[in-house]
Amino acid sequence: MVRSLSNIFWLGTKELRSLFGDVVLIGLVIYSFTVAVISQAQSSSQELHRASIAVVDEDNSELSRRIAAAFLPPYFQRPISITQREVEPLMNSGRFTFVLDIPPNFQRDVLAGRKPSVQVNVDATAMIQAGIGSGYALQIITTEVAWFVARSEVPVQAPVNLVTRIAFNPNITTAWFEGVMGIINSVTMLAIILAGAALVREREHGTMDHLLVMPLSPFEIAMSKIWANALVIAVAVAVALYVVVRWYLQVPINGSVPLFLSGTVLYLFFATAVGLFLGTIARSMPQLGLLYILVAVPMNLLSGAMTPVESQPVWLATIMQASPSTHFVSFAQSILYRGAGLDVVWPQFLAVAGIGALVLALTLRRFRAAIAAAGA
Amino acid sequence: MTSGESPVAVVREVSQRYRDVVALDNVSIAIPAGYVVGLIGPDGVGKSSLLSILAGARAIQSGQAVVLGADMADRRAREQVCPRIAYMPQGLGKNLYPDLSVRENIAFFARLFGQTRAERDWRIAELMEATALSDFADRPAKKLSGGMKQKLGLCCSLIHDPDFLILDEPTTGVDPLSRRQFWDLIDRLRARSATGMSVIVATAYMEEAERFDWLIAMNEGRILATGTPAELKAQTGGGSIEAAFVALLPQRPDGRSADMPEKSELDGSQETVIVARDLTCRFADFTAVDGVNFQIRKGEIFGFVGSNGCGKTTTMKMLTGLLPPSAGEALIFGRSMEAGNHESRSRVGYMSQAFSLYGELTVRQNLVLHARLFHLPSAEAERRIAELIDRCDLTEHIDGLAADLPLGIRQRLSLAVAIVHKPDLLILDEPTSGVDPVARNQFWRLLIELSRQDAMTIFVSTHFMNEAARCDRLSLMHEGRVLATDTPDGLIRAKGVQTLEQAFIAFLEQDAGVADPPVTLTQAKADPDPIDRPRDGQRRSAFSLRRLLAYTIREGLELVRDPIRLMFALFGTAFLMIVIGFGISTDVNNLTFAALDRDQSPESRAYLAELRGSRYFVEKPPLADYAELERRMKSGDIKASIEIPPDFGADIKRGRPAFVSAWIDGAMPFRAETIRGYLEGTHQLYLSDPAVKTTQPQAASPVNVEIRFKYNQAFDSIYAMAPSTIALLLALFPAILMALAVVREKELGSITNLYVTPVTRLEFLLGKQLPYVAVALVNFAVMYVMAIVLFRVPLKGAFLPLLVGTFVYVFTTTGFGMLISTFCRTQIAALFGTAILTVLPATQFSGMLVPVSSLSGVARVIGMGFPMTYYRPITVGTFTKGLGFADVGADILVLLVFIPVLTGLSLLMLPKQER
Repeated sequence: MVRSLSNIFWLGTKELRSLFGDVVLIGLVIYSFTVAVISQAQSSSQELHRASIAVVDEDNSELSRRIAAAFLPPYFQRPISITQREVEPLMNSGRFTFVLDIPPNFQRDVLAGRKPSVQVNVDATAMIQAGIGSGYALQIITTEVAWFVARSEVPVQAPVNLVTRIAFNPNITTAWFEGVMGIINSVTMLAIILAGAALVREREHGTMDHLLVMPLSPFEIAMSKIWANALVIAVAVAVALYVVVRWYLQVPINGSVPLFLSGTVLYLFFATAVGLFLGTIARSMPQLGLLYILVAVPMNLLSGAMTPVESQPVWLATIMQASPSTHFVSFAQSILYRGAGLDVVWPQFLAVAGIGALVLALTLRRFRAAIAAAGA
Repeated sequence: MTSGESPVAVVREVSQRYRDVVALDNVSIAIPAGYVVGLIGPDGVGKSSLLSILAGARAIQSGQAVVLGADMADRRAREQVCPRIAYMPQGLGKNLYPDLSVRENIAFFARLFGQTRAERDWRIAELMEATALSDFADRPAKKLSGGMKQKLGLCCSLIHDPDFLILDEPTTGVDPLSRRQFWDLIDRLRARSATGMSVIVATAYMEEAERFDWLIAMNEGRILATGTPAELKAQTGGGSIEAAFVALLPQRPDGRSADMPEKSELDGSQETVIVARDLTCRFADFTAVDGVNFQIRKGEIFGFVGSNGCGKTTTMKMLTGLLPPSAGEALIFGRSMEAGNHESRSRVGYMSQAFSLYGELTVRQNLVLHARLFHLPSAEAERRIAELIDRCDLTEHIDGLAADLPLGIRQRLSLAVAIVHKPDLLILDEPTSGVDPVARNQFWRLLIELSRQDAMTIFVSTHFMNEAARCDRLSLMHEGRVLATDTPDGLIRAKGVQTLEQAFIAFLEQDAGVADPPVTLTQAKADPDPIDRPRDGQRRSAFSLRRLLAYTIREGLELVRDPIRLMFALFGTAFLMIVIGFGISTDVNNLTFAALDRDQSPESRAYLAELRGSRYFVEKPPLADYAELERRMKSGDIKASIEIPPDFGADIKRGRPAFVSAWIDGAMPFRAETIRGYLEGTHQLYLSDPAVKTTQPQAASPVNVEIRFKYNQAFDSIYAMAPSTIALLLALFPAILMALAVVREKELGSITNLYVTPVTRLEFLLGKQLPYVAVALVNFAVMYVMAIVLFRVPLKGAFLPLLVGTFVYVFTTTGFGMLISTFCRTQIAALFGTAILTVLPATQFSGMLVPVSSLSGVARVIGMGFPMTYYRPITVGTFTKGLGFADVGADILVLLVFIPVLTGLSLLMLPKQER
């Protein structure tokens, strides 16, 4: 037992030295936790930001100009005035996502109580922006007209009012979400790549044979790679969380970072085991890369870090329950956004640990035979 | 013969350095024409650098090289003379393509030299006949034996009748019989050539050097001596070329002799350490080791001798338990070395063929690591390490990185590491390949010491005959079988010859039944040309479709024969299309909410009923108090909660404004926005519901806002997602495959063919691009069908503009991969470089998530410079917006501009010579 732990420890120190000697992989780690996270956080992809809008103003009245002027940055760009004939081609080319059409005599009809129609043309192929933006447009036009009318009348208070408040992210800022999700995506990616590469590298250099001939068990070799690579990623996550997310992106973190990091370590145990598993299948680094794309990309895309798991078809959501990345995203959101504690997230922790152990067992079964055969 | 005339090549003061390493140090030499010139010296002394400069494969850093009258630094002159030179780089079959057959390999080179079909056919037939490869014309190169690979390499080099043949270690690792046949073949080919072809050969086998006309001895980037073999031997007083070479080396500072160490007689121990009984190893389609038997006695040095690929390594792997035998058994210390047998394994030291140390660790760290892993107590470990450092002469390198050590010292370190735990048995797989004779002798001195002083049993494999002669006993191996086992003297006596090499050849000939049938080259030559044999290949042109297609055909064949890459290329996109198509959706539904109804009045129930009727919401059990609300929001059980205050019903009845408050989970911003929109919509519905009894008159909104979702009335995200996904995946996969294809050639070394044949960079790049354009179009077809059948996204617009746009687009995406490949050195860097440089702009800056019209700053610039920005409007436009040429024509034109730009940049970045 002590012998085994000592072996795992010493082999692991060697892993760390090897990893820091590999410029490509270290570059990848740095990129993943800086540029990738920041660009994702600053993408504004989750909110309405600088939506392009044009107005066909056939009324040219005070009210119509007021409506146009009410579409403001940062949600919208300043509306551009276009003619009716230009609507089709400009929307076809994607130049404008929204086009308002204010009919002639609009102001007169409003004041006369004839309830005229304003048309909002939305390019429904710009999914997120179209969905959120159309709600904003509705709100802006209704409010602006109500204010205009109210100058002459006593405003009417609705009998029932809805007050909505957003918990955890009151201003609905994309960076709060994407910053942390970016880290999570990088964790999955790097864990698989680093562990897989650690194995393939030893095989390409012929050092794996050397290890297997020594009095070491595959379990010890596998565990040394798991702890060393997991340690590097866990440290990188902590640094990224504090430096990139909290300091650079100015995202407040509500929850317990230590709890999140413990969960990350648990998850890394699984993800590095997957990397080792792929490493036993791949015969070369390029093959590992291709396998990685086919395994890690779905794990990341479908984990709930991109779009909600609820939106997936039931069969797919059920399959994804078998992927720890889903549980990882779920507990990360609970801990970091909603401030949940271990009492809330323990089932996800358990799921990650259970699946991780299963994958590790599978990897160990393949390990010796696969490595020896591939080296021949 | 033109010997004695003007030299075939002249090198003046050429120096070449790579970072800190000086490969050539002010070398000047004139190489006589019409001779077979041998370039001798150990690995890493600059032989390959010199030859690649002569071949024009490597750019000259300083000095001048004139080959066949052309200055190799001048691009035009080099291009003129290139077709008269043939170059076979080091590494068996390095410029060959393992997945291609013998005929396909030769045909590829013939096309590179622009030969027409007619010319190609007769030349290939003639060469295959001359080299006795005709019977194996359709066998893939990777399945050829070492000797056959070598002949194939020669065929490929000679396809264009060169005047100057440059061979870099053509026979390393090949069995002695094949080696002898190879040199005979070269002699015959020279005899047949009308112009008296000049040949320069680098070799690590000193024995071979005896047969060359003229020799150049090199060491550490300098030329030690030149002359005929007889002259060299006379000059140094050495009895052999090897002895002459050793004598030429500068005196070693440590004063150790470089002579062959003598070994004492072996004690007659009869205890056996290794027993192999009918040991057999079969792989899928061939038998690597076929019924091998031998016994190794305690304390002896037992040698395994044979060519590369004859089964030496596989046998050793079975002995060490790395490979399970298919049949038979291998016993070490009377036990099998299966997994888990730690006790036996701690008595074995193993040095594998590949350098088995950690290059990123220092000498001391390597030793300490292994001492730890064998659990030597730290005091003993220190003593042992100090002893080994002294014994293996590593003192001055103790803190150097293992990767930076010269090869000879690395081998000694490997040995030290393998014996750190004082094993009883030492297994060494080709420990000295590539080491110079002096270092090799030093290494053997250590081995003999270990055997005789420490009573270590040593099992060593080699393909050097002079090493084999130092073993106590040895087995001669060929094609997975042991031909004979005996003492070196015993083997020589059995065949009644002079040397071990001759004995081995005799055993090989006996094994083959008869010696190879004499090759009938002269016949081929005597054949009068019945038809005028076309010789178009010599014509030079700036651009040749034939050369371009040579690469296209070859790349296509390789792709078809690499199942993993092919599967990835064809089905990778389909797989990810399914994942993204089903998994990524911006339609938010099945939203969970729970109510905290503190009023419990008919009015509050009426309000909640409105929510329950919505198709977006799913109600969870009601909340009892605020603490529960908080807890369930935190756990993610509910995404929204509705709180109705106690006086809700009463307020409505009395005509006072009533309030409902909603908490929305903001963890995912876009979902929160959507929930807020839905709640407000539902609230408006409630207000206008005539069933809602309020005392106040309903205030009608003075305006009617009509939201028209154009192109996608149902507002179902798949209609935008499916066409966008096609654009995304066609950006990613073709670029990755293309980048890998180019960098693969760099990594495997076949890029040399670009350097030394008349093929231009443009032909090379376009030729390699075409197959991937074809693959991308197949991908497109598959995804197109999936979009329509699986995701039920109809094509509303015209098909032709989509097809034309796609065709242009995949040229740009493969071009993008091509550009990235020009600055990547390894395949893994190419793969990640392409993936990162594609995925980021494709998902963030090309309209996939945020419309390009909303981008600003750097993001917009990146977006405008990325082809997908112009292709996504074409797919989404034709599929979902129902557009035609008139609308997407401009985008297609912009895409067209990308093609020459990307190709031009790639051309600029791709050197035509190695630096």
